[in-house]
Amino acid sequence: MNPNRRSPFVNLMTILVYGFLYLPIIVLITFSFNASKTNITFQGVVSQVGPLKMQGSLVVQSPCGPFHWFCELGKNKDVLNAARNTLTIAVTSTIISALIGTMAALALQRYNFRLKPFSQLSLYIPIVIPEIVMGIGILTLFSQLFTFLNSALGLTGDARLALGIGTVILSHIAFSVPFVTLVVQARLQGFDQSFEEAAMDLGANELVTFWRVTLPMLLPGVLSGALMAFTLSLDDFVITFFTNGPGSTTLPIYVYGLLRRIITPQVNALSTVWILLIFSAVFLLQRLQSRQA
Amino acid sequence: MFQRLREDKALQGTLLILPTLAVMVGLLIIPLGLTLIISFGQRTADGGVIYTFTLDNYLRLVGITPGCGFKSECFDPLYANILWRSLTLALQTTALVILLAYPLSYFIARAPLKRRNTFLFMVLVPLWTNFVIRVYAWMMILRTQGVLNGILGWLANLLGLPFVPLEMLYTPSAVLVGMVYEFLPFMILPIYTSLEKIDPALYEAAADLGANAARTFLRVTLPLSMPGIVAGTILVFIPVMGTFIVSDILGGRQVILIGNLIQRQFLDARDPTFGSAASLILMVMTLIVTYFYTRKFGFGEEIVAV
Repeated sequence: MNPNRRSPFVNLMTILVYGFLYLPIIVLITFSFNASKTNITFQGVVSQVGPLKMQGSLVVQSPCGPFHWFCELGKNKDVLNAARNTLTIAVTSTIISALIGTMAALALQRYNFRLKPFSQLSLYIPIVIPEIVMGIGILTLFSQLFTFLNSALGLTGDARLALGIGTVILSHIAFSVPFVTLVVQARLQGFDQSFEEAAMDLGANELVTFWRVTLPMLLPGVLSGALMAFTLSLDDFVITFFTNGPGSTTLPIYVYGLLRRIITPQVNALSTVWILLIFSAVFLLQRLQSRQA
Repeated sequence: MFQRLREDKALQGTLLILPTLAVMVGLLIIPLGLTLIISFGQRTADGGVIYTFTLDNYLRLVGITPGCGFKSECFDPLYANILWRSLTLALQTTALVILLAYPLSYFIARAPLKRRNTFLFMVLVPLWTNFVIRVYAWMMILRTQGVLNGILGWLANLLGLPFVPLEMLYTPSAVLVGMVYEFLPFMILPIYTSLEKIDPALYEAAADLGANAARTFLRVTLPLSMPGIVAGTILVFIPVMGTFIVSDILGGRQVILIGNLIQRQFLDARDPTFGSAASLILMVMTLIVTYFYTRKFGFGEEIVAV
């Protein structure tokens, strides 16, 4: 039998697994148009446009028509706040991790120093320990440190150090840096150093060589590392759960809070917006990359 | 000073690594050390920590009531059961994920070159919704008045059969389904990477030598894709062991895993010393499994492929 021929079993499994992967996504998106506020069964879409009219828990008429829950989402201050926090945290932690992670990759690949084996090994820690272990470790560190500093410095009231957006950013840097470093390091491994030697031979000094030769060649690696850090930060729940404080709620934390109380189709509308945003971002990025290539 | 920096390569390297090293030591190694110290401590009534050296927290985790001795009535298996349940659930999830991921990865690896990226892309799209939102989607599907019972009821109605909605949410199976769903893509990508590397000439050689499809799979394809399975297992097993949202939302109060236990010690029960001990036990369990697994099958470069 020719093994290049597809077996019906593989084809069937492929269809089933793709179905399994997409069923929840289809359900999420469909229910974001649900007329029923309780959102347990699908009661059709809000069909009439006009001033808000409810019948029990059913939305009969809404100024936004079928997009009722998307409009409600836009008016929800908590969601907007959480979205702003999520983006602030992701952007800040990505920029810092991309910068220091690239420096670390250069150090590990190009230089010899005493702490090198230890540094390399430490990068694998976040990969082999469960996130919750890291989360409670960081929580313990911050709470002990803050308790100590607050009493040592005599801080009271609002001046007291507490968990917040700063601690979340620091913890996100901690799990992002290893990924950036390892990705950039992999890029440096397949790197032809003769280009840099040629630049030096032609009279460029080290700084110019780095700026004009090394960095442009590294950039794709740095970008994919940064993209990874960004998505990890956007998606993170566990570590944020333990390191956030009042006022630094992110979207995943906000949604988790809702799941334990009342859920309206607003959560579905949020998911739909989320998927569309990331889909268009990735689409744009791919177009950009293929244009560069 | 500046002169020295220009000439001393070791100093340059050290300076470049310094910020990352500071993050790794300050936010990973020191917190782990602190967790270790606290796990030997005692709690105070208001959730604080007294630094002493006691093994009580660890004894309670394996079922021995501290100060009671080694009599059989002193054995309380509550926490040992939670550890065992977490371990078996993680193993079941990993096994199921391999069974589901392998055929799909195989399909993508053998698809025409142009289509492969599209198929891989389709695996990644579900990951773009948030982890928490994906659990919520399964809550909508599995609940008694949910989507799945709706579909089943409609089918039963069509066939004229009586139908009683199934109780699926808040069961161990619901947690298993949720875990499998959350981590499936992390197995597909590494298995695909290792399958894609296999030289098709090997299949032809196996066929020329008289091997049938099953034999070719067992003797050629499967061994060569082992690095992918190993990498995928690490990427699935470790997070499943420590996740608490899936069991929290889909298991209700019925399915308590070690992740839930740890989370509650830090938030509701306010016993950080017991939570720290549980978290270290969790870390040791995952490290032991990972160590023996990678020692047996090797540690592939596929892990970076994701």
